[in-house]
Amino acid sequence: MAGASPQDARNGGEASDLSLVARVRARDEGAMGALYDRYSSLVYAVALRVLGDTGAAEDVLQEIFLQLWKKPAAFDSARGSMGAWLSVIARNRAIDALRKRKPETDVEDVVLSVETNFAENADRGRALVKIREALSTMAAAQRTALEMAFFEGLTHSEIAQKTGEPLGTIKTRIRAALLSLRSAVGVG
Amino acid sequence: MSAHPQFADDLALFALGALDPAQRAVVEEHVQGCAACRRELENLRGDMALLALSTSGPHPPQRSRDRLMQAIAAGRPVVSPERTTAAGSWYGWLGWIAAGLVLVVGLLLNRSQISYIAALRGKVTALEGKTAAQDAELQRVRDEFAAFAGPDAKPVTLVVANNHPQPQGKAVYVQSSGKLLFVASNLPALPDDRAYELWLLPSEGAPVPAGVFHPDAKGGGVVLNPPLTAGVSAKGFAITVEPKEGSAAPTTKPMMVGLVG
Repeated sequence: MAGASPQDARNGGEASDLSLVARVRARDEGAMGALYDRYSSLVYAVALRVLGDTGAAEDVLQEIFLQLWKKPAAFDSARGSMGAWLSVIARNRAIDALRKRKPETDVEDVVLSVETNFAENADRGRALVKIREALSTMAAAQRTALEMAFFEGLTHSEIAQKTGEPLGTIKTRIRAALLSLRSAVGVG
Repeated sequence: MSAHPQFADDLALFALGALDPAQRAVVEEHVQGCAACRRELENLRGDMALLALSTSGPHPPQRSRDRLMQAIAAGRPVVSPERTTAAGSWYGWLGWIAAGLVLVVGLLLNRSQISYIAALRGKVTALEGKTAAQDAELQRVRDEFAAFAGPDAKPVTLVVANNHPQPQGKAVYVQSSGKLLFVASNLPALPDDRAYELWLLPSEGAPVPAGVFHPDAKGGGVVLNPPLTAGVSAKGFAITVEPKEGSAAPTTKPMMVGLVG
């Protein structure tokens, strides 16, 4: 059983995500506020990019944090990468709103694993530089396919139709685009 | 270890929710039975998080924070009497707790704690003569204890592994409602600036604070229904020594631990 975590020390003594979640489970409203302060910008930015509307983005932001307050057990799927997980939940929720459809997966089913430390501003900043560089140097066709899927929520067939490319090509491009982001921020 | 080639491209689309329904069902079924693909799927979702991070910049307005905190405050639960099972079943258990909560408590508690329970029951009796509002309060107190009589109430024994007069604790936890009763005896005294803290050990994640208490003069302690979220699956409970106001996370090694089941 852990005492103060190394992450607490790295964040200059600020509470780690896991200790904030423990306090949220114990119904500590202040801990919920701290999580909001740490990750609301990320959630809002993704939702805004998808929806293009500040009011709609605020609704997604509210919905996500309120749902987490009511059901903190959902945090377990984050596997400690709270910020990364919230950003993906935010994107999924925003796409559902954009395409006016019911959520396809429960929040608890979105299990995620990422190396970048979203809780630490310096790590996030370094990753951001590499990600943006990877996006700008990526082949245009790859980037377009990925962005259509990620930010517009288009299906595989819809993308193929829009671009006039075969299904198989779209599939390969999207996977390659995601993997190149992974290697851009990877260790070494 | 790479995922099966025939699923590799599909996993990325699956993570993005971009597969057509028929293909999605195929991948979903495969992933349920394939750990390698599950891991790759988790990594692909991590890649999605990196793409999400690239949108960084705009901040939400302050009113959003206010709106959230107000909604949270508005949702604070009001204690309402729950429908109860027949009060008589409280006395009809079998097994180690079968003789009734009072008997079990009697085995563990010293006299001051037994008289505390007796005094509490006296208060319950006194309340019966009062108005409907106080009857509802009586009902609630009975319900709290009735929860520990249910078939899914789990007793947990905590022990510490040395030979002195054994500090001992027993916890009974009802997952569905988040109700918890913890009773300890023979606890060493603590200095004024320290206290014992009880922790719920969830099946996954960090220990959850479940109450801070001082031992009484005879080394006994009781924690009853600390604020816990309902539905948390517990693999056990533990006691640590903490600063007197408690701590959000354990700062010392556990003094006592007990595992469920």
